[in-house]
Amino acid sequence: MHSADRLARLFLLPLFLFVAAFFLLPMVRLIGVAGSGPNGMAEYVAILTNPRYVATLVATLLLSAAVTAATLAIGTVVALFLARNRFWGRPLLVSCLTLPLAFPGVVVGFMVILLAGRQGLLASLSMGLGMGRWVFAYSMAGLFAGYVYFSLPRVLVTLMAAVEKLDPALEEAARSLGAGRFEVLRDVTLPGIAPALMASGAIAFATAMGAFGTAFTLATRIDVLAMTIYTEFTLNANFATAAALSIALGLITWAVLALSRNLAGSGVAAAG
Amino acid sequence: MKTHRLTFAFQLFVTLLAAAFLMVPAGASILAGFTANYFRGVSSGLTLDWVKQVLALYSDTIWLSIGIALGTLAATLVLAVPAAWALVRRPSRLARIVEEVVTLPVAVPGLALALALILAYGAIREFRMSPAFILTGHVLYTLPFMLRSVMAVLAAVDIRSLEEGAASLGASPLQRFFHVVLPNAKGGILAGALMVVTLSIGEFNLTWMLHTPLTKTLPVGLADSYASMRLEIASAYTLVFFVMIVPLLLALQLFGRTTGSAR
Repeated sequence: MHSADRLARLFLLPLFLFVAAFFLLPMVRLIGVAGSGPNGMAEYVAILTNPRYVATLVATLLLSAAVTAATLAIGTVVALFLARNRFWGRPLLVSCLTLPLAFPGVVVGFMVILLAGRQGLLASLSMGLGMGRWVFAYSMAGLFAGYVYFSLPRVLVTLMAAVEKLDPALEEAARSLGAGRFEVLRDVTLPGIAPALMASGAIAFATAMGAFGTAFTLATRIDVLAMTIYTEFTLNANFATAAALSIALGLITWAVLALSRNLAGSGVAAAG
Repeated sequence: MKTHRLTFAFQLFVTLLAAAFLMVPAGASILAGFTANYFRGVSSGLTLDWVKQVLALYSDTIWLSIGIALGTLAATLVLAVPAAWALVRRPSRLARIVEEVVTLPVAVPGLALALALILAYGAIREFRMSPAFILTGHVLYTLPFMLRSVMAVLAAVDIRSLEEGAASLGASPLQRFFHVVLPNAKGGILAGALMVVTLSIGEFNLTWMLHTPLTKTLPVGLADSYASMRLEIASAYTLVFFVMIVPLLLALQLFGRTTGSAR
């Protein structure tokens, strides 16, 4: 098998060179640039003491947590319903719920504008009902709707697969032993799909933290981390801060994904 | 298990609401792309004018996106497929580390990745101004998907024993790669390829930072039109994007299901 080993090494070389040249090296450069501003390496401390950046960071974390909670709650209800019931039109419903899987963030932003923008569906609906004009697309609420839109199909795919794999006999056993509906859900069903909840929740959280397209489409004024990095870099040419902030962002998303992978034990990849 | 009436009604309601939340705006966008005046509604008449205008204004972005997607596909095939075999045939600590490092760009937000690329290579003008700059970003971002997809299939078919069989019959390593490994990895390669093309065509986070006025891709053009064009044109442009991406998605769903059940 000696020559096969040599071939394997030869096959790994291009991949290694590409990743080294276009990922590892640029990342080292990014870390260097973050420390090259007027503050030096203290830039990392500076972003943590500047109230504006801290407020942005907290807002982004809260938004991502809210998006994750909402997406998992909706996703669990829908996944349980679709996995446990067979009815006419179910495949179509599943397709409708999973098709937006590959809509990029910009397109999702446009969907939110059509739903809740100035000429949006909710605006004309609420006007028609005489309840004023509902417009929330260009705010944190719009961003929240956009990120739920973005993550829901992904979460659903993972949760539906997990629910299908659950053994219904376990729930029946719990019922026959006298457990109530709520107790079965709390003690049998949810623990059974916990790894899937963990994995898909981590991805929803990480995408909400780093997503840029949706925020960019909705408004440049929403203060979330991705928008701040973008404005610091392109409008203020503040490379050191932008670099330090994106390293902080990268560390948070990477840590969340790594943590959930260790806890849930499955390698589901994120996409944005 | 019998489901309680009220629970059933609640679940049905949430499911339909979720489906409406996802589908109604998409439907509105498709309709708006064909409507003469969206503000006045469908009664203003249906037209193909907006789609024609989009094709006249933005066809270069569509072609660039297709080109970059195909280039990304070619690069990921060359870089990831042989490497996937090398990583599966002898699982080692080194193999784990390589897989981990290659997968990292997925966990790092596109914005950070793009910043790093610009800071490292932005000074090389010819590279910075060419579509190859965007291509590099897309390859970096999609590589893990191809690698994982092929590795999963190779691990599932137990490629090592198949190879041992071929080796005992006197096949050289290169012959084994082309005649044993590649045919067995076909499913994973196809699924990975669909994924790579879908992701590349829709990629925005990286591309917005990497693009120049002369290298605009479809999603970059979309963002442009959302900011500066009337709603009908933006909708018609989105419609063109749907026409490109939905067949890929359906193929991915269909194909994912068949390989999923085989696993």
